[in-house]
Amino acid sequence: MAKRQDFVVRFAGEGGQGVVTAAEALARIAADVGYHAFTFSTFPSQILGGPTWTQARIAITPVLSPGDSVDVLVALNEEAYETHKDDLGENGVVIYDSSYTPKGAGRMFGMPFDDLAKLAGDIRTANMVMMGALANLVGMPVKFLQDFIVNRYLSRGQAIVDANMKAIAAGSERASLTHFQIGEMEPPIKPTYKQVMIKGNDAICIGALAAGLDVYIGYPISPATTILVYMERNLIGPGKFAYQSSSEIESIASIVGAGFAGKKAMTATAGPGFSLMGEGIGLAWMAEIPCVVIDVQRGGPATGLPTKTEQSDLSTALTPAHGDQLMPVIAPGTVEECIAAGALALNWAERYQGPVVLLSEHSLSERAQNIPKPDLAKFAPEGRNVYTGANGYERYDGYELSPMPIPGKPGAYVANGSEHDAIGDTTHLAARHIQMTTRRFSKLKLLEENVYERENARSPIAVMPWGGSKGPAQEAYQRLSAQGADLAWYYTMRINPLPPKLLEELRRKELVIVPELNYLGQFSSFLRSQGVKAQSITQYTGLPFRPKDLVHRISEVVGATSRKAVTA
Amino acid sequence: MSAKNPEYDFKWCPGCGDFGVRRALEFAMQDYSAYHEQPMANTVVIAGIGCSGNLVHLLEGEQPYGFHGIHGRTLPIAFGAKMARPDLNVLVVAGDGDFLSIGMEHIAPQAARNLDVCCVIMDNGVYGLTKGQSSPTTDLGVITSSTPYGKMEGDLNPLDYYLSIGVSFIASGYSSKPKDLGKLIQAGMEHKGFSIVHVMSPCTTYNDNYEQLKGNAKKGVESIIFDVPKGHNASDREAAHKLINSGKIPIGVVYQNEARLTLDKRLGDLQGRVKPKSVQEQLGVFEF
Repeated sequence: MAKRQDFVVRFAGEGGQGVVTAAEALARIAADVGYHAFTFSTFPSQILGGPTWTQARIAITPVLSPGDSVDVLVALNEEAYETHKDDLGENGVVIYDSSYTPKGAGRMFGMPFDDLAKLAGDIRTANMVMMGALANLVGMPVKFLQDFIVNRYLSRGQAIVDANMKAIAAGSERASLTHFQIGEMEPPIKPTYKQVMIKGNDAICIGALAAGLDVYIGYPISPATTILVYMERNLIGPGKFAYQSSSEIESIASIVGAGFAGKKAMTATAGPGFSLMGEGIGLAWMAEIPCVVIDVQRGGPATGLPTKTEQSDLSTALTPAHGDQLMPVIAPGTVEECIAAGALALNWAERYQGPVVLLSEHSLSERAQNIPKPDLAKFAPEGRNVYTGANGYERYDGYELSPMPIPGKPGAYVANGSEHDAIGDTTHLAARHIQMTTRRFSKLKLLEENVYERENARSPIAVMPWGGSKGPAQEAYQRLSAQGADLAWYYTMRINPLPPKLLEELRRKELVIVPELNYLGQFSSFLRSQGVKAQSITQYTGLPFRPKDLVHRISEVVGATSRKAVTA
Repeated sequence: MSAKNPEYDFKWCPGCGDFGVRRALEFAMQDYSAYHEQPMANTVVIAGIGCSGNLVHLLEGEQPYGFHGIHGRTLPIAFGAKMARPDLNVLVVAGDGDFLSIGMEHIAPQAARNLDVCCVIMDNGVYGLTKGQSSPTTDLGVITSSTPYGKMEGDLNPLDYYLSIGVSFIASGYSSKPKDLGKLIQAGMEHKGFSIVHVMSPCTTYNDNYEQLKGNAKKGVESIIFDVPKGHNASDREAAHKLINSGKIPIGVVYQNEARLTLDKRLGDLQGRVKPKSVQEQLGVFEF
């Protein structure tokens, strides 16, 4: 029998039961021994209690998505078992906590995690009992776990190492008695390059800091809070600071103030806060002030689904304010891209002197993944085009970007959110509104970069996801291609402006299929507005796509298109 | 039309109190610049939306930097600018509608932070630019275009509010005395911390209360303002409270607390104390 290339373990229970840390611990162990790991989590916004689950997908090659189904479900209570049992794949195994007995039969067994941990000598080793059982089920050598324990805990004393070793042995032994093994995992190929294990939100922070961020001001909101927390701890030093604001309205207006004063400034929020920022983002566009707004998307309007994932803020991100405006939007699709996007957003803001929206999403924000350690030199800061002349300068003269004066230096002007003339005084003259509107839109040209992915570009039908749907779509695309489907693949995190050459290619396609997590089909609508024949595959469950669903739905769309071609 | 820009088409009505405030601000900024030997470009005037906010375009003489933003958000913009660049002299100019209605939520946080900016508030008790609706400082019962049967909300005592939330410098001024007002604004700028100079600045079109402010002995109208008495101890919060609630409007420095540290001072201390990790070091934390 062929060895397994990957497996998915889901941990489900109550908030506070260590469910979150279990998936991360497993991912960490797996990455440590040379596998590729990818976590996914969704939990309620409450401190304790509430149904919570996290999962880790472990593979011998880089992981693209959370996967299709669950190989091992660790269900810590009955509700968890009932909720998740249908996600089990063929030959899937359930491990339940012995404190209850689930209704149903099949490949399942109970484990007294806490009791076994106590027997091992330390109640805190309950997670290791679980790991021992998992290693046995998927045929992962226990030696890897033992090495991990020695590396991790030896500095804290032999007693802790011994307890963890016993816990692993106990878990492994208990699982081996069941004979529920689900195959043998291919041994890992340890990468020769340096790696980091990082989550999407932290990755964005690293990128922004590499590009020279000076000021961060933000308000707590799921799932963007970890950006505030990271910045509060790390953005400090001469001329640099992070600050918790009193509201998202204050956040946006204050980073506009900081940008006006000459600094590189950023805020991060999620849906509700992003709505509140609309007017302030319009101000930055109008007054031509560089700044970056991160929107980590969650589900639905109003309070919606604070801890679920969706890609439904794209239309708002493109035009967050009233009036004529179109924001530069960058939407990373992987944890690696989060680093690049953090840096690019800052550089774009400086380059075109205006606000840039970085669209992330819940599933990326909390995803821990091992990736090659990035070379930060690739994300070097771009400088601002600063005015260095004498007083009497016309800051808003002309139809294109012009040097920006910085307070303290000659060139005083009024940065104005009302329509204005060349020195920034308010005006209602048609000629001025025409000039300034043209000027503001013309600057977007400075951001056009022909950076995108493509495969099999000759095919008339293309698949083009955006943001976090990239991974599942890529996996589906690879399976379809392996089955012989003739499809092109396109992808970019540069949503607006789109790479001009990419747009040219897309316009020549018979159909561009866009998998996206929203009801309206927001990206395909944006593509259609630019002359691309695009059609969405939508999903609005609060969860990411499963590759197998996309395989099915892309095939359906392709089938319907070719039938139409035949009848016509 | 302003003296410096024939294209600019905004005008205050004849007799508008804001003319006096503008002159006072010009005096204060020029004196500040000369005294501190700083270029005028070191001063930034953040303006709100309304008649008062247009002041930033009407300033004469050497020009400071200006920011004419969005309604109600002068303080957040000033907060970002000042914290990003503590070396700048940051002023806010706004009206009672901008500052005390839509912008009310931003005052208390800055008082708590003791942000070192000086706010000059032009209170005319009405929304002038939108043609005469009631504002937080319009008196109870007054008929305006938005309160045709009389205002149903009680009127706000701004000075009392500022005192209650811990604004560290509170002065009250009158637009018809630009020299005196200029000195108050200068004192506000010199104050290390969050300062508000609240100015009675009448609207001759929609709420002409010059007579009440000045008084008219012939008609038996008693002035509603009085000079802060010479012996007033501005550092005494209780005394300030009494003065504010005396039934009339005191003109002068009402309250000043010089003991509190400013936010930029606290931040500066922090920036000196905490040793930052380089991005490379931060990335190293995630390496395994």
